[in-house]
Amino acid sequence: MTLLRASGITHFFGGLCAVTDFNLSLDRDELLGIIGPNGAGKTTLFNIITGVCRATRGSILFRDAEIVGKSPDRIVRMGIVRTFQNIRLFNELTVLDNIRVAHYGRVRYTPAEALLHAGRYREEERRIRRHSDELLALFRMGHLSGERAKNLPYGLQKRLEIARALATEPELLLLDEPAAGMNPREVDELMDFIRWTQREFGLTIILIEHQMRLVMGICRRIIALDFGATIADGTPQEIQTDPAVLEAYLGEKAVR
Amino acid sequence: MGRAFLKKDLTGKERSQGRWVLPVFLVSGSVLSFAIPHFDLLDQYIQLILVYLGINIILALSLNLVNGYMGEFSVGHAGFMSAGAYIASFLTVKVFPAGALAWAFPAAVVAGGLGAGLLGLVVAIPSFRTRGDYLAIVTLAFVMIVKSALENIDSVGGARGFLGMDKLTTLPWTFFWTVATVWIIRNLIYSRYGRGVLSIREDEIASGLMGVNTRHVKLIAFVVSSFFAGVAGALFAHVLQFINPRMFDIIKSTDVLVMVYLGGIGSIAGSILGATAYTFLLEALRPLEIWRMVLMPLMLVLLMLFRPRGIMGLRELPWLEPAADRLSSPNGLNGLRNSRGANGFGGKRKDE
Repeated sequence: MTLLRASGITHFFGGLCAVTDFNLSLDRDELLGIIGPNGAGKTTLFNIITGVCRATRGSILFRDAEIVGKSPDRIVRMGIVRTFQNIRLFNELTVLDNIRVAHYGRVRYTPAEALLHAGRYREEERRIRRHSDELLALFRMGHLSGERAKNLPYGLQKRLEIARALATEPELLLLDEPAAGMNPREVDELMDFIRWTQREFGLTIILIEHQMRLVMGICRRIIALDFGATIADGTPQEIQTDPAVLEAYLGEKAVR
Repeated sequence: MGRAFLKKDLTGKERSQGRWVLPVFLVSGSVLSFAIPHFDLLDQYIQLILVYLGINIILALSLNLVNGYMGEFSVGHAGFMSAGAYIASFLTVKVFPAGALAWAFPAAVVAGGLGAGLLGLVVAIPSFRTRGDYLAIVTLAFVMIVKSALENIDSVGGARGFLGMDKLTTLPWTFFWTVATVWIIRNLIYSRYGRGVLSIREDEIASGLMGVNTRHVKLIAFVVSSFFAGVAGALFAHVLQFINPRMFDIIKSTDVLVMVYLGGIGSIAGSILGATAYTFLLEALRPLEIWRMVLMPLMLVLLMLFRPRGIMGLRELPWLEPAADRLSSPNGLNGLRNSRGANGFGGKRKDE
């Protein structure tokens, strides 16, 4: 069953074409990897899917609803959420509040109820609190609830960022270079963690990654981009032997 | 790590012990606000300063919502204040019957607040596109527009000013409105909208990408902030019994900015403290005459150098937080934590 269908996505930054005619049909429960050299348009693609940039041309259907042109917060409410290449937590807020902020779109009370702490406020806040505590406990971060996000070590910040994304109750999770800055042992842990997260939360995942060990290890399908164009789409084995991919990474001479 | 947790646990206990502070303060404060003027417990001059203190707390806290909690930089508070002052004064002098003023005064204050809130809505819309310096310029222009508009409206006295208000801002009313402002702004901050406000300060893009409707949140923060600036203006007009457009120029805004940044951004306790320190210092330094206008900015410069976030920056007194928002002790989570959980990814470093 198709969860996300992108057709003819093209995006220009001024005269520079960042993404050219990108097409994708993503099934539920897939774990798709996107690879490509720096500047290939991977992050731009995430920005388009999450509504940060508006694609110059093309359409993206998520569960048969158009998302191009929708605001980021509406797209989150529809069930797509992302993490960032450089961690973007709310640094001065506590771990708990980072998670609670992400519940924004799932809360049902009006500004008036918030100003008076009346009506559905109490019941809804209790629900958010319980859900956040459970999520943090599940991520083994319950004891850190009151800590400011900026005080966490790098690895825990990455974990908190994923937990925060999951607090929005997504169906599709976009991970932008989750293994950046990790040593091989940490990458192994991350691979287990991503598999576990996908199972536990019933997610469909797209991840951008430079570390081939991670992509080849957990993705059953990989798309390779170069200069905004899709140059390959297939299983890890197919990608590893694809001449266009080798050329993009190693240069024309090396392939010959 | 272990010792840090112990410390946290202790503060948790301290927090629950402080629960009596707020009710005791509210009861004794409201009793005193009636008793002081009735039995003349304090000098008239001190009573007047207490009224100004209340007004300054309302101003500082409402500006803190936008400048401190949301991290924008608005200098438009004087404009909203003048809107509230003029609307309320116009109502009490020209519209409401003289006999019913004591009862109609709250309605005039609310009307002043609503008028200012409506203006806040108008200013909030360009603020969707601008941040920081640009918003400062937009709001600066706004203050100038309001001032010159008032100078040219003859029915409220134009540049000569407007008078004829009764002294309706009593100590009990000041206390009531101050408490109401603190309560409502605190409620806002400890709600999903308030957390949205904080997340906009921390990272506006990430905020939207975590599902926060940033436009909506900014609108609410702006309108609530300007509403209370209008309330403060209405109270101000009815204690001074005379207003003119020059009172509400950019200098008035900077006074409020000083209180906010002195007390501390993103903190209710900070705004109360900042307004108190400012109000009393201004009076205490009166003998210095013009030199206090040198001393006060100098103190601000020193504060910015040594404590750039103000005295209480981003910290809060525990008894101002809603009980439900307090963190339960870490022990409470142990049961859940051990039941099932993620693999150790990311956690190792802490143990090393």
